[in-house]
Amino acid sequence: MGLESEIPVLTTSVEKMVQWARRSSIWPVTFGLACCAIEMMAMSCSRYDVARFGAEVFRGSPRQSDLMIVAGRLSRKMAPALRRIYDQMPEPKWVISMGACASIGGVFDNYALVQGVDQIVPVDVYVPGCPPRPESLIYGIVQLQRKIALQKLA
Amino acid sequence: MGPMDTAGLIALLREAAPTAQLEDAPGIDLQPTIYAARDDMPELTRVLRDRPELAYTLLIELTAVDYWPREPRFEVVYLLVSIAHRRRLRLKVRLHGDDARIATASDVWPAANWLEREVWDLFGIVFDGHPDPRRLLMPEDWEGFPLRKDYPVQIKLTPRTTEALQVTEEEFRANLTKDRLSRDQA
Repeated sequence: MGLESEIPVLTTSVEKMVQWARRSSIWPVTFGLACCAIEMMAMSCSRYDVARFGAEVFRGSPRQSDLMIVAGRLSRKMAPALRRIYDQMPEPKWVISMGACASIGGVFDNYALVQGVDQIVPVDVYVPGCPPRPESLIYGIVQLQRKIALQKLA
Repeated sequence: MGPMDTAGLIALLREAAPTAQLEDAPGIDLQPTIYAARDDMPELTRVLRDRPELAYTLLIELTAVDYWPREPRFEVVYLLVSIAHRRRLRLKVRLHGDDARIATASDVWPAANWLEREVWDLFGIVFDGHPDPRRLLMPEDWEGFPLRKDYPVQIKLTPRTTEALQVTEEEFRANLTKDRLSRDQA
């Protein structure tokens, strides 16, 4: 970007513009599975205020969302539902695996739980913790923003 | 009426159901606990609910315990409350592993309906005469009964990303037609 002298106009490329727009308005889908969802809600509230990063608009419909935060343990019975919600989201879309359970199954090493949601959907950012603090999740979102900023259009 | 010990309760039950086999179960709390025989259960459940001196109208919980490899391995546990007499009762029935079935209690206490489905789902105990004997918690096509002690708890299965159609093919087609018709009318 460069500021032309005298004229109040910014010039940039379409790619940079789109990358900026995408990373500055990551709208997550309202989708909480377990206790991690409580921290996710705290992140979106005023104390931690993820609105500072443009990601506070939790959408009630996957059709309007860019980001799925898998917040909590995913049971095998829930896996088809999670996949369906992911499939309903329009491209481009990203996934954050929040917490130990979503990432590797956590303490639940048993028949009932999916041992990592990357078996169901492609994950962009893993946030460790049990549960991760809201700051950790915000850090994860910032990492995702950096990832989006590097994403080429073609 | 105040609290009653197990012996007194068994005496009351013997009066109401003379043929039933009853046994005082050792307990560490003050709550009366009785072992009953499986074949007496249809009679016993009705007696427990309908006799005014018993009046156990409320089924708080119905669950099971697996004592594998001991035989009889299963114990089905009924937790009952008599609101009228302010009493509780813990009723247990032993079941053998190779014949794990018992009459349903859902015709006496409707609360037993889902509880029995849960016990069937997780322990594989059949409730004869149950109105809706499907799994409750696990996926409908699940194999095995996870709360059995000999179940491989840490099995690794590939998770599925799709689920089976919840309706039959005919129902699916009928729904499509219905949908199309309603759109034509609009």
